[in-house]
Amino acid sequence: MMSGTVVDSSSPTAAAPDDISGSVLELDEDEDLEVFSKDTNFMDGSSLNTSMQTSPGSMVNQYKFEEEEEQSDTKDIFVTVDNPESHVTAIETFITYRVLTKTTRSEFDSSEYEVRRRYQDFFWLKCKLEEAHPTLIVPPLPEKFVMKGMVERFNNDFIETRKKALHKFLNRIADHPILSCSEDFKVFLTAQAWELASHKKQGPGFLSRMGDTVRAVAATVRGVRNRPEEFNAIQDYVEAFSQKMTSMDKITQRIIKEQKEYLEEMKECGPIYTLWSGSEEELVEPLKMMASCLDRCCRDSEEHTQYLSSNLLPILHEYVLSTETLKAVLRRRDNIQAEFEAKNEALATKKTDSEALKEEIDKLEDKLEWANNTLKGDWSRWQKSMRSDLKAAFTYTAEKNMEYYEKCLAVWESFLLSQRTEASEGGDRDES
Amino acid sequence: MSAAPQMPQQQSLYYFVPQMVEKGTTLLKRMEISVAEAEKRTGKNAVSMQETYTVYLIETRAVDAASEGANPAPDSLWRRYSEFELLRNYLLVTYPFVVVPPLPEKRAEFVWHKLSADNMDPDFVERRRVGLENFLLRVASHPVLSNDNIFYSFLTQEQSWKEVVFETGFQAKADSRLKALNATFRVKNPDKRFAEMKHYGDELQSVISQLLRVRARVADRLYGVYKVHGNYGRVFSEWSAIEKEMGDGLQSAGHHMDAYAASVDDILEEEEHYADQLKEYLFYTEALRAVCRKHELCQFELEMAAQDLTSKKQQREELATGTVRTFSLKGMTSKLFGQETPEQREAKLKTLETQIEDGEEMVKEKNAECEEFVKNAWVDIERFKEQKDRDLKEALISYAIMQISMCKKGIQVWSNAKECFSKM
Repeated sequence: MMSGTVVDSSSPTAAAPDDISGSVLELDEDEDLEVFSKDTNFMDGSSLNTSMQTSPGSMVNQYKFEEEEEQSDTKDIFVTVDNPESHVTAIETFITYRVLTKTTRSEFDSSEYEVRRRYQDFFWLKCKLEEAHPTLIVPPLPEKFVMKGMVERFNNDFIETRKKALHKFLNRIADHPILSCSEDFKVFLTAQAWELASHKKQGPGFLSRMGDTVRAVAATVRGVRNRPEEFNAIQDYVEAFSQKMTSMDKITQRIIKEQKEYLEEMKECGPIYTLWSGSEEELVEPLKMMASCLDRCCRDSEEHTQYLSSNLLPILHEYVLSTETLKAVLRRRDNIQAEFEAKNEALATKKTDSEALKEEIDKLEDKLEWANNTLKGDWSRWQKSMRSDLKAAFTYTAEKNMEYYEKCLAVWESFLLSQRTEASEGGDRDES
Repeated sequence: MSAAPQMPQQQSLYYFVPQMVEKGTTLLKRMEISVAEAEKRTGKNAVSMQETYTVYLIETRAVDAASEGANPAPDSLWRRYSEFELLRNYLLVTYPFVVVPPLPEKRAEFVWHKLSADNMDPDFVERRRVGLENFLLRVASHPVLSNDNIFYSFLTQEQSWKEVVFETGFQAKADSRLKALNATFRVKNPDKRFAEMKHYGDELQSVISQLLRVRARVADRLYGVYKVHGNYGRVFSEWSAIEKEMGDGLQSAGHHMDAYAASVDDILEEEEHYADQLKEYLFYTEALRAVCRKHELCQFELEMAAQDLTSKKQQREELATGTVRTFSLKGMTSKLFGQETPEQREAKLKTLETQIEDGEEMVKEKNAECEEFVKNAWVDIERFKEQKDRDLKEALISYAIMQISMCKKGIQVWSNAKECFSKM
């Protein structure tokens, strides 16, 4: 059962994404009934525009966001990114990743696909999705460049981190009720290299994209006059959240660094005890045991730090990047509103040609409504994801910390046990 | 003038010397000893300059009195670190065959950044107080040292103790011994056991120094790890303000992160005790080496005396038989400038005989000295070895116990944090 395609003749199409209108509607009868009986569910606390309720299209739209949670067990598309490989040509060296897709969705011709993609391709996909859905929150991509620390682009850690982030990126899209239905997404997952290249060449030409950009810039310059309060609230939140996430990212990196340095020093202890045991007679056993315990603790520490690096840090970093996306989405929404307001003002002053202008304004109004609704819906979805992701990440981190201390505890208890056993074998001793 | 925080007497007595109270007639059996307090004093020193120094309160009480439940007030007097040093030097000179317990360090070494290296720092003073008490307890439980009168007066006689020490004339002996010890000399037949002991002392010193250096760096790093978590606390708190559902969970988790960051101070303070235990044995190696060196000196003096006797005997032989067996300047000059008169020879022979007699006495003496020294020293070295094995094993065990305590605290904090997160 798919997570959602919407074909909606009543929904505003001026800015309707190409892929949605082209996809197949697969709502079956039961689903349809469920929509109208689930009245409480989709009034989920997020403030809905009254106009939104009247349009069945937007109702269904909203429904899809709720539905998605319940269908998390019935995921029908699985994507993995793995197997980085280096390619060397005359001009450049780059890495490709294997993208494996397994799906039962009917819009896919086959149930399994294997393709190779490079970062550029992921970037193209992101841009296309943003283009098609300016007010949806597209998952973040790992950074294009890494400036700090002179990290070599083909360093193993870097590649591994990037690979995981790309995997996350595709999976988030796959989980998204609207984005996962994108034609570009499908092409990305399924097309062979030459097919992808040719597909990339299609779409709005350079000039029309320029036109969009110019309009966008013009709108930005003008600014929004009456931004709805809820979007102000979102803006403020995003600002603050961005700061907190950046701090969290930095702090976690610092902890990892300190732990690595701690480990470096700790590693020197064991060998000294071993060296010492070479000079002793009675103390040989306890000293060797000390060395062994310290070595075990070092290994535990190393594992723990590795966990932080490969699990906690990436998710924090992803949310740092996603705040940039959020800000961009808010900006784009603002631009749409600005454009609408500008045209409205123009109408008030213009006398001639008002029919064409009025039509334009109507379209813009619908576009704005669509933009606002999709953003609100996706915002609610993003928030839920964020809470769930971070809660899971922090909980798991706490568990890992406990695990680390539990392992060390066991190590030192075994030390005590060994000494007490020795003692009881050696005669009566008063162990305190 | 501020008194350093006191450690409860009970705790300080048992912290350092769990098993060291020896059975037998050592002083410690009859007398309770403690260094109860430390205080800052200012006064004029020998060159009339104002100086600030710390004094330590030594309390003593007869064991019988305490056990009868009467609990009389202890006798007490104040001593400076320099007086402790004087006492120790006296013991070193007077009992050269004893591995004399060391004093706590004069200046803070092997510190990590948080601890001040300042001698006036209250933490340093406190740890020194404990170290001085430990020193007194070790001396008081030593089978030989505990019977010393100067030691007894150190504990009980407030006035003019210094004069009494100097009256023993140990200083002169100390100076000559010091000169001899610092001079380089080679022993022809080094005693294997002592050579091994000296070598062991060197190895132990090297290994403990390395350990202490690394430990200080590890402490530094551990401090860093814990303290950075405090930043989580701050950010969680700020972040909770903008969240609805997650707010409470974040806020309370933040408190736990603060607690975690703060817990490192206690942890490192406990670790400092382990470092102090290692340091004591680091300084003990010096005492051990000193005994070996003094034995070498004894041996050397014996060898010198024996060598001297041999050469004198040889001279007598040459003189008596008129043959020059080995090249000597005298032989040459007498060849060149003529033989001596019979009278001169006679006089010479007589002198030599006396010298030989004296020499033989000297050799006997030195031999006896050496034997005595070896016997006594080896007894004390064996005692020291047993003590060292016991104490260091206890130290390792207490280190493990400390680590366990640290792990348990860690588990507790993160378990609390986890609960907060799960409520987010």
